Amino acid sequence: MTISLKPNNSSPEKLQPTGWLKYLSFSLDHKVIGLQYLVCGFLFYLIGGSLAGAIRVELISPLSDFMPREVYNQVLTLHGTIMIFLWIVPVVNGAFGNYLIPFYVGARDMAFPRLNAVAFWLIPPSGLMLITSYFINGAAQSGWTAYPPLSITTPAAGQIIWILSVLLLGGSSIFGGINFIATILKLRRPGLKLMQLPMYCWAMLGTSILVVLSTPVLAGTLILLSFDIVAHTGFFNPSLGGNVIVYQHLFWFYSHPAVYIMVLPAFGLVSEILPIHSRKPLFGYTTMVFSIMGIVVLGLVVWAHHMFTSGTPPWMRLFFTIATAFIAVPTGIKFFNWVATLWGGKISLNAAMLFSCGFIINFVLGGITGVALAQVPFDVHVHDTYFVVAHFHYIVYGGSVFVIFSSIYHWFPKFTGKMLNENLGRFHFIITFIGFNLCFAPQHWLGLNGMPRRVAEYDPQFQLINQISSVGALLMALSTLPFLWNILQSILFGEEAGDNPWNALTPEWLTSSPPPVENWDGEAPLVLEPYGYGKKDSNETQEAIR
Amino acid sequence: MPKLSAILTLTTSLILGIAGVWVAYNVDMLPVSASMNAPVYDELYRVLFIIGVILFIGMTALVIYSLIQFRRRPGETGDGIDLEGNISLEIFWTAVPAIVVLFVGLYSYDIYDRMGGMQPLMHDHSGQMDNQAERVWGGIGSGPIESSSKKNSSSLPIELTAMQFAFIFHYPKGDIISGELHVPVGREVSLKMESKDVIHAFWVPQFRLKQDVIPGQPTILNFTPTKAGNFPIVCAELCGPYHGGMRSNVIVDEQEDFDTWLKENSKESI
Repeated sequence: MTISLKPNNSSPEKLQPTGWLKYLSFSLDHKVIGLQYLVCGFLFYLIGGSLAGAIRVELISPLSDFMPREVYNQVLTLHGTIMIFLWIVPVVNGAFGNYLIPFYVGARDMAFPRLNAVAFWLIPPSGLMLITSYFINGAAQSGWTAYPPLSITTPAAGQIIWILSVLLLGGSSIFGGINFIATILKLRRPGLKLMQLPMYCWAMLGTSILVVLSTPVLAGTLILLSFDIVAHTGFFNPSLGGNVIVYQHLFWFYSHPAVYIMVLPAFGLVSEILPIHSRKPLFGYTTMVFSIMGIVVLGLVVWAHHMFTSGTPPWMRLFFTIATAFIAVPTGIKFFNWVATLWGGKISLNAAMLFSCGFIINFVLGGITGVALAQVPFDVHVHDTYFVVAHFHYIVYGGSVFVIFSSIYHWFPKFTGKMLNENLGRFHFIITFIGFNLCFAPQHWLGLNGMPRRVAEYDPQFQLINQISSVGALLMALSTLPFLWNILQSILFGEEAGDNPWNALTPEWLTSSPPPVENWDGEAPLVLEPYGYGKKDSNETQEAIR
Repeated sequence: MPKLSAILTLTTSLILGIAGVWVAYNVDMLPVSASMNAPVYDELYRVLFIIGVILFIGMTALVIYSLIQFRRRPGETGDGIDLEGNISLEIFWTAVPAIVVLFVGLYSYDIYDRMGGMQPLMHDHSGQMDNQAERVWGGIGSGPIESSSKKNSSSLPIELTAMQFAFIFHYPKGDIISGELHVPVGREVSLKMESKDVIHAFWVPQFRLKQDVIPGQPTILNFTPTKAGNFPIVCAELCGPYHGGMRSNVIVDEQEDFDTWLKENSKESI
């Protein structure tokens, strides 16, 4: 039997529900799954954001007076877990990866469509399970890091549900990673070489390698932890001879790469957005590819920088300082390349562009504080303080979340066939950028001056700065409103986008908006120069495309 | 034209450099420094701050300049210049960060060594009976900057037991138990720490030092207070519902006051 590469005659449209119902179905279409990830992730973002709001309300006053202390610890645990495992990881990987990767490699779907659907449908139940644990017997309250012995001694039900939920989400992530690696390496359209792929493919390849290598370690660790909790084994329980530091090593072996699982895809998305809106080729394609792979390799050997104040011997502190600081080199290359991509362009200052540039500025600050934190002597003062809180929010919010918004503004016309309102989008950017910086920039000072993280009460001398930070958080919450309004009114009454409103050269724009079920009506286009802007013949190419 | 752009680049770099140094020396974001290694820490902080300010202002300025200079004017059509890369430029911005990072790494190694971080970890139990070497799992040893000041006085051993939600200090000399840490100014303290339940962390912001207090794995922290006064001790590792309230004080006394305190509280005559 031969396998036909041509569109299947028994059109899958007949097997799948159509209309909006398909988004609630076990659809095998990578575009439907991508949007399922995006909308589901955004709903969890609203929940995680409300929890962040509750934290900022508690911190308006130095006393623990807004909610019970146990509840505060549950809120901060849920906030971290939801934002990482249910919003950023699924959206920058699952949502955009599923939607874009088959287009970029010239395929009609992902390599394993059923595995893909399973990976998505693991997310809503595990997310709901995690959140409802709060109403059963109280959610986990040992932070998203779940360090033993605290995670062994706090109420067991919430902690076990947390472990189950993170295991399922990790499983979903591994399924996705395998699928992306197979799709990128094996489903490329004949004639398309690896070094001709859009940069997001490289970012997803690197990320998926990290996912597949490191997530199983977290899974194993959490299973041992759950044994300690329910079966009273002693892997990590010091009163039974266990070692609490081993847990930290295993946990961070996944959870530091997790940072790159959240930012590498964002780097890839920015690399797609900047060339299109500045009408310039992506600067330094080859160095960009090598720096992604450099980050992947280095990202696996830096985990112990989260443990500089734990029981870590001096040589280990030294090794991880140097390794961590060196990640700044490939990361720096990417940032210089993006600025060089802007240089000499014809830049449209639309919402997608503004959010991407906001990302560059925020991430540079987060990167600088990151290099500082990598230095052991600097870290022994600010470790586990608000300085670290500020640093990683600059990376995951100022970085990844800004890119998610940028990407939504950029690909919304492709998703729906409708344009978003650009003025509302720019307004959304300004409020988010001001709110974000007002919320997190002052927290650097709090950390340097003595405020530890994860506290419900603090020294009264920090009250004013905490109130400023809470005002910033309020602005961030309000900034969601123009965004939601923009999405709703554009879906209903938006201007028609046409197939290629940005005049882009990457393959997802070379089909209708929204695209048909198998992506192209005819054969998949062969795009050898996804960034061929400014070429003498590129105007003609673009005419031909239109 | 190349001459002009070279001059422009040089001038901007110079202005950036001066701005970095100015900001680092005029924006003071650190609390009072009250231990021997705090000034060393502040030196590292200042260097990192200078580099950070230069990088941040430089990158932000480049982005904003590009957005303004290369914006699409009304009615403009077409693409930007066809520029896909520039090998010498890319080598330049790989090499410069690599050198800066290497410099920062070596410099912070030196700082860490001066703080005592690379010293073998020993707990000074001089005069105590447990002579067998007990394994210490992490911490900061007795550093070179400390030893220069030590002269004749040996370090003062104190034991810290952390529990939900308190720090308990035990002075082997005099068998004193205290909820607050009393130390004399100018003498090295060797704090041996262990936790009774979950992981805590001992942090004195004014000393610029932090070390986790771990159940089952003793850790050690050596420091020399340099300023008399009353400074907060903060728990910096999530340890349960009252984590935020787990605070104490370190009272740094002049030697005479400390001796009086020791005498008044001792259970046995010294």
